[in-house]
Amino acid sequence: MGYVGQRVKRTEDPRLIKGLAHYVDDIKLPDTLHVAFVRSQYAHARINSIDTSAARSAPGVVAVYTGKDVAKIGPVPCASALPELKVPDYRVLAQDKVLFVGHPIAAVVATDRYAARDALDLITVDYEDLTPVVDVEEAAAGGTVIHEKFGDNIAYKLTAGEGDIDAALAGSDHVITQKILHRRLAPIAMEPRGVLARYFPGEGELTVWSSTQIPHLLRTQLALMIGIAENKLRVITPEVGGGFGSKLNVYAEEALLGWISMQLARPAKWIETRRENIQATIHGRGQVGYIDIGCNNDGKLTGLRYNVFADLGAYHQLLTPAIPTLTGLMLSGAYRIPAIQINVTGCFTNKMATDAYRGAGRPEATYVVERALDLVAAELGMDPAEVRRKNFPGADEFPFHTATGLEYDSGNYEAALDKAQSIIGYSKLRDEQKAARAEGRIVGVGISTYVEICALGPSQAMPAGGWESATVRIEPTGKVTVMTGASPHGQGQETSFAQIAADELGVDLNDVTVIHGDTAIVQYGIGTFGSRATAVGGTAVLVALQKLKEKAAKIAAHTLKCDAAGLTFANGCYSAPTSRAAAAAGESEPVYPVGEAPGGALPEPKTEGKTELTIQEIALAAHVAKDLPPDTEPGLSATYFFEPKNFTFPFGTHIVSVEIDRDTGDVNFLRYVAVDDCGKVINPMLVDGQIHGGIVQSLGQAMFEEVVYDDQGQLVTGTLMDYAVPRASQVPWMELDRTETPSPVNPLGVKGVGEAGTIGATPAIVGAVVDALAPFGVKHLDMPIKPENIWRIINGN
Amino acid sequence: MKRAISVTVNGVAHSQEVEPRLLLVHYLRDVLNLTGTHVGCETSLCGACTVFLDGQAVKSCTMFAVQADGATVTTIEGLANNGDLHPVQEGFWECHGLQCGYCTPGMIMTGAQLLNRNSNPTAEEIRHGLEGNLCRCTGYQHIVEAVQYAAKKA
Repeated sequence: MGYVGQRVKRTEDPRLIKGLAHYVDDIKLPDTLHVAFVRSQYAHARINSIDTSAARSAPGVVAVYTGKDVAKIGPVPCASALPELKVPDYRVLAQDKVLFVGHPIAAVVATDRYAARDALDLITVDYEDLTPVVDVEEAAAGGTVIHEKFGDNIAYKLTAGEGDIDAALAGSDHVITQKILHRRLAPIAMEPRGVLARYFPGEGELTVWSSTQIPHLLRTQLALMIGIAENKLRVITPEVGGGFGSKLNVYAEEALLGWISMQLARPAKWIETRRENIQATIHGRGQVGYIDIGCNNDGKLTGLRYNVFADLGAYHQLLTPAIPTLTGLMLSGAYRIPAIQINVTGCFTNKMATDAYRGAGRPEATYVVERALDLVAAELGMDPAEVRRKNFPGADEFPFHTATGLEYDSGNYEAALDKAQSIIGYSKLRDEQKAARAEGRIVGVGISTYVEICALGPSQAMPAGGWESATVRIEPTGKVTVMTGASPHGQGQETSFAQIAADELGVDLNDVTVIHGDTAIVQYGIGTFGSRATAVGGTAVLVALQKLKEKAAKIAAHTLKCDAAGLTFANGCYSAPTSRAAAAAGESEPVYPVGEAPGGALPEPKTEGKTELTIQEIALAAHVAKDLPPDTEPGLSATYFFEPKNFTFPFGTHIVSVEIDRDTGDVNFLRYVAVDDCGKVINPMLVDGQIHGGIVQSLGQAMFEEVVYDDQGQLVTGTLMDYAVPRASQVPWMELDRTETPSPVNPLGVKGVGEAGTIGATPAIVGAVVDALAPFGVKHLDMPIKPENIWRIINGN
Repeated sequence: MKRAISVTVNGVAHSQEVEPRLLLVHYLRDVLNLTGTHVGCETSLCGACTVFLDGQAVKSCTMFAVQADGATVTTIEGLANNGDLHPVQEGFWECHGLQCGYCTPGMIMTGAQLLNRNSNPTAEEIRHGLEGNLCRCTGYQHIVEAVQYAAKKA
């Protein structure tokens, strides 16, 4: 046996590659109504009146709702608890004002999607323009106030960190300051959001299918918003086409669709268009910051201060205000920095809310720290790799306490750096760079030695529980069912959790089915985000399996009539002391392979006279229950809720080399080497996939992507024609390798890998371009580094 | 005013009356219930809706069903041959060419077309050939390997 650690092909894939999977819009219910939304065309305006009369009498239209109709639906929730946080009343449809382009104003319900869309054009909204607040620093400074009752646009201020930062910087040989921009990004899950709701008035039951990362948290919040008992509400996440944090949320449309279905007693469906997705699904990043980094002549860091204005948008979504706090936590990076301080000013602006987008506050921190290290290297004339090496904590210094208040679980940062440097041939690369520069070529090398925080997280540090749950069950026919509270949406845990279960039980992988994302079937869970599903959810599966085996062993000892202490378990078989050798050689077989089960009643367990039994035979005995040990419950299942004691801290080194085309400013990636350490690996193929995808999202951020609002708050990048998601031809070949430092936080030793690429890659890419342009006097460039910007630098324009 | 159309989809002849403005992708998904073809952008930029029309890959989100009158359409559901996966489908499974799977049907159709035109493409030619299809999960590397796998297999 031994599936864990192997490159196991995904069990999810057959349905997906054949086009037979079911995303929300693929679920068809008879009599379904279709919903479309009138959304604000203005960033900031008062609504004088809304005329829906023509729409109401349009063909196919069943109902039209505006803000006053839905006043009974509770506000869109914010789960962040920060001191003195201002939380605006975020109604599911705009009341008297609209506060961002895309703000929903009216919902049209019609018999098909074309009729609903047609009717939108028949609704007249009389707007009165108000001055929009677009720039985050101007928002903080005063002027127009978005939420009048608050008096200003500052949602909260927060200072965090340890050590005397003023003294540390004052006592440094050098202090370097730099303004730094993290543009707003659009997550762009390839499947936009979608909701289907069906209410059965007789049973009083509402079922909501939603493309979400958090089915159980969504159920709780929707029950509160709509005012339905939580145990009458079922949330199902069918196939989910990517999330990247954008579906780690509770949205107005989810509550509205449930409510509409209850009003009309018919199924109601809404599928987000891409334009709506860029307007009204959360954005990521959105910080304007100022770095003060202190260092001494020997390259040792002394202190880091980061003053940041966080562009929160007009309202808080689920975690909006909390994201910059994650930035603050990770400002120590992979380094020993004696004093660290973050000062956050969270501001309202007339834009869509920012919230968790892949990395969620950590890419910002890593970018700040890694850019700061490059600035130190440039200031001191040191190699950027050496400055990093000088400031690493040693491998023997873990758990490592940071001046941001964290305890890093385990790490060996130098080993990852060594490996990456060796793979890319770092010193030779620097020699080649010198030679190339002498020839007039524009070449650069960028490096990032990141650390990130994963496995979110201990419940103390989370707004709504940081544990995860699992139930495992062996059915009478020997099939193994794993139910996880995590909610994978592309990460492949149907496979990796089956690997864990198959190994632990000694059964065939194909006997295991992993079920997730249905609140009526699966015990309460938290969901998939923050690179937590395997580290927290996988651990819950493992411990549940171990609990199940305790019971199975008890039944086995009873049935085999031997002492429990003498019983052995190997390859899916329990053996009495006399037959250990036989068991070791044996292979577990399902009791009844699929298709061979006899029709009719379950057979009697064939246990008489046996000296060994498979765990699947024991499952049958446990269900038939004719001869169980005293005080033993029938059945064979176990549930476990795993509460982690700490976060985990994956790390790694990314090195990238680039050459810039002098005539066009295009960046050509020569090599991309990534050495990542995510602890123990369950399935290396899945880990590689996560790293690849993360790096390319990071590359998009570094090179192309930016949600642009103009000075009137108008969204300029409203389609994929304008919002530049990386395409296959723009992406380099990535050379991946690993080091493996197990996490002591969980028995699997895993750390998490979902966001590593997105966190580690951006500063390496920006660093490489800055390094290439160093001969032109460049020390820093803001993202996205467009070819046009580079061309202007090269041409002094 | 509805129009009558006849389209052969995955080898099955269909005749329906449809609105002239009905998009081909909605005809496939909502009328024929072939939901493997996805909609990702409605503007022909992401390629999730790619199908074959008379053997050529087209983006079915920016084409009317009436324009397919008389044509032969192949969707992802029709790509496998008597239950045997198409080499590109096999490549995607073997090489982990998909994560969330949403772009995958369109990506596979485009990959198949690419190999129809060039049976032994370089990695660069594959990347160029896939430019009309967006994937947000994989970073494309495993997709390139999946198409290379299929090229060797076919």
